[in-house]
Amino acid sequence: MTKVINIQPVTRIEGHARIAIHLDDDGNVNDAFLHIMSLRGFEKFIEGRPAEEVPRIVSQICGICPWMHHLSSTKAVDGCFGVTPAPTGDKLRELCQTMAHINDKILHFFFLAAPDFVLGPDSDFSVRNVIGLVKKAPELATKVVKMRQLGQMMLERFAGKAIHPIAGVVGGFSKPMTEEERKGLLQDTRTLLDFALFAMDFAKTKVFPEYEATMATLGAITTGFLGTVDNSGALNLYDGHLRLMKANGSITDFPVNEYDQYLAEHVEDWTYGKLAYAKCWGEGFSMDLNAPKGIYRANTLARINVADRISTPQAHGELEEFREKFGRPAQGTLLYHWARLIELVYACERTVELLLQDDITDTFVRAKVEPKAGRGIGAVEAPRGTLINDYTTDANGLIVKANMIIGTTHNVAPMNMSVKQAATTLIKNGVYDEGLLNKVEMAVRAYDP
Amino acid sequence: MGVSVAEEWLHSCSGCEIAILNIGEPLIEILGLIDFVHIPVLMDHKYYGQLGDGKELEIPEAVVGIVSGGVANEEHLEVLEVMRKQCKVLIALGTCATHGGIPALVNSWGLKEGIKCSYSTPTTDPCEIPTKVVPKPFDRVYALDEKVEIDMFIPGCPPNSQLIAEVITALVEGKDPVLPRKAVCSTCPTRREGKGGVKQVRRFRFLQNAQFDHEKPIDDMRCLLEQGLTCMGLVTAAGCAKQGAPSCIIARVPCSGCFGPVRKDGNQMLDMMKILARNGIDDKSVVDRCSLLRFSGAHGLLSPVASRVAMEE
Repeated sequence: MTKVINIQPVTRIEGHARIAIHLDDDGNVNDAFLHIMSLRGFEKFIEGRPAEEVPRIVSQICGICPWMHHLSSTKAVDGCFGVTPAPTGDKLRELCQTMAHINDKILHFFFLAAPDFVLGPDSDFSVRNVIGLVKKAPELATKVVKMRQLGQMMLERFAGKAIHPIAGVVGGFSKPMTEEERKGLLQDTRTLLDFALFAMDFAKTKVFPEYEATMATLGAITTGFLGTVDNSGALNLYDGHLRLMKANGSITDFPVNEYDQYLAEHVEDWTYGKLAYAKCWGEGFSMDLNAPKGIYRANTLARINVADRISTPQAHGELEEFREKFGRPAQGTLLYHWARLIELVYACERTVELLLQDDITDTFVRAKVEPKAGRGIGAVEAPRGTLINDYTTDANGLIVKANMIIGTTHNVAPMNMSVKQAATTLIKNGVYDEGLLNKVEMAVRAYDP
Repeated sequence: MGVSVAEEWLHSCSGCEIAILNIGEPLIEILGLIDFVHIPVLMDHKYYGQLGDGKELEIPEAVVGIVSGGVANEEHLEVLEVMRKQCKVLIALGTCATHGGIPALVNSWGLKEGIKCSYSTPTTDPCEIPTKVVPKPFDRVYALDEKVEIDMFIPGCPPNSQLIAEVITALVEGKDPVLPRKAVCSTCPTRREGKGGVKQVRRFRFLQNAQFDHEKPIDDMRCLLEQGLTCMGLVTAAGCAKQGAPSCIIARVPCSGCFGPVRKDGNQMLDMMKILARNGIDDKSVVDRCSLLRFSGAHGLLSPVASRVAMEE
């Protein structure tokens, strides 16, 4: 009789998931699944809503990355109403989105992932968490809590709400920035940049070396990658075109509004999460570990892989060092953490850059807007991957239909593959313990779903 | 040993959990007073044992239980019932838990229609809706008190971090927590000049920004409702103001009602329409009335029938 190991809920992630590992009679892994357990149906219930309201409805898809849902949606509504956002309004959106990336990365690396590394994957579950981290490394934990809070409060101060934002509006932004606000944010961002450089160094000297072997092997699979780059091929989190890279490094660039020609979503009957794949490769869909078809990954490692360079100096230096060590594209699943910290440095540097631009305090922040019939497609890079909103409106500017591909969707198939790879290599002849099952979860956690 | 706390999230987005983390540095102090025994976002306690071989869903006993999100499927209900059984004081955290929240907008069609729509988008390959292993969805989204008895309600989307901290601290000290009872407007410093000549509300949210001098403080700005924007402060529970003004007003944006109705069992749509009518504002100028219930569509307020009636009106 076969046995199923039921890891439920998957913890220290954002959503609702369950890992099921099916063992055969000898206690070896027959199959393994990551089941996504919840679905809310946002596409349906924004139907009939005034499009300009939708950016502050879809932000509630995710309370960890609401800014990305908010702004991808705002861009889609710009498209429906055929409006080009006021240049400064657009910059204020990018500014807020980039600041939100800072907080997200601190949250994920230190609050969710770090306990596995700092306390060890085999430590008892009662201490293997951020509370255990506070006890084991109080100085570090206090610093991390302070820095994350600083980032959240910067957003609240300037834009009213850090969680479930409202300040992005069709045509631009809801308010201009004062000189005083600019100065305050600049000072705080410089503090965060120092912290980002500290975090990068801390991870490279105190965390990653100890786990070098695990980082190369745990959940390792070979796939393509998807991310956003600007016209020069540099990493961009807010705007640009999409780039798909095959595992062999070959590249296909395409504009956001042609996404449906390149990407599609497969459905399995055992998970609510749809499984995105690269339709344009013409090879179909398969999660076979040895011969995957159509599988690509998104999120930090993907963005670092597809970008030719990073436009800010410190982060670019880190990218070069990373590439020197792991090649391009790098495939190690736990390298997502490393890439996340490189993006943390970028996000801080980019925020400083934006705040130093002369027109960031310009008072023309919102272009004139008329509701009308149209179709608009918006995309940004969310922490968890490329986030696409595609809306059609009627003559009154109400939503007629919507399609959304959210960040995690791109990684549903890869996460399943990583779970299967990790479980298969770790569990032999029915021998496993709590620490080992946690390692299977670490393969999921790297994707920050 | 501190006071034991268990936390769960159901039909939710994790914003409430981020609001808990946004307590910031005081959270480190609070962590010294309480013991989390179960909180999936931060801690690896598992329902079916740490080796995944248990048969029954288990959550440890706790003095305080906190649940975010509404109830939309069999698993949510099972978790909620276990939380109720195991926790002395059960708190509904966030507007999804107290009133259904944004996900309850789907109640205008029913959850099945919502799910069907997600699996029939143009980029989705033709498919059957998943049914294996995944929990069976209910007909609609429910607030927690429609399913079990709830001892305390802390609405908000997200809820106010300071208030969460105050409630936890009060419970640890054995005191009765104080929750806000007024409307958002009572915490809003904008300038009110009385009934104006506004006869129509401008497009539901606003297609142009509010009028204000951004160099001047909020109390220099005229009330957004008086500016003709559908600001829902009058019918919405207070609690969001942290920086001397409601949080949307800080961004110079009208309130969309995210703390749910100010009156117990109030209906934000009907209450808002009444206020507009009383002020001589043409109710036909409100585009998409159901949007006024976007945070409080549970308790049967949004349903396929109710939505049809609202549209026909």
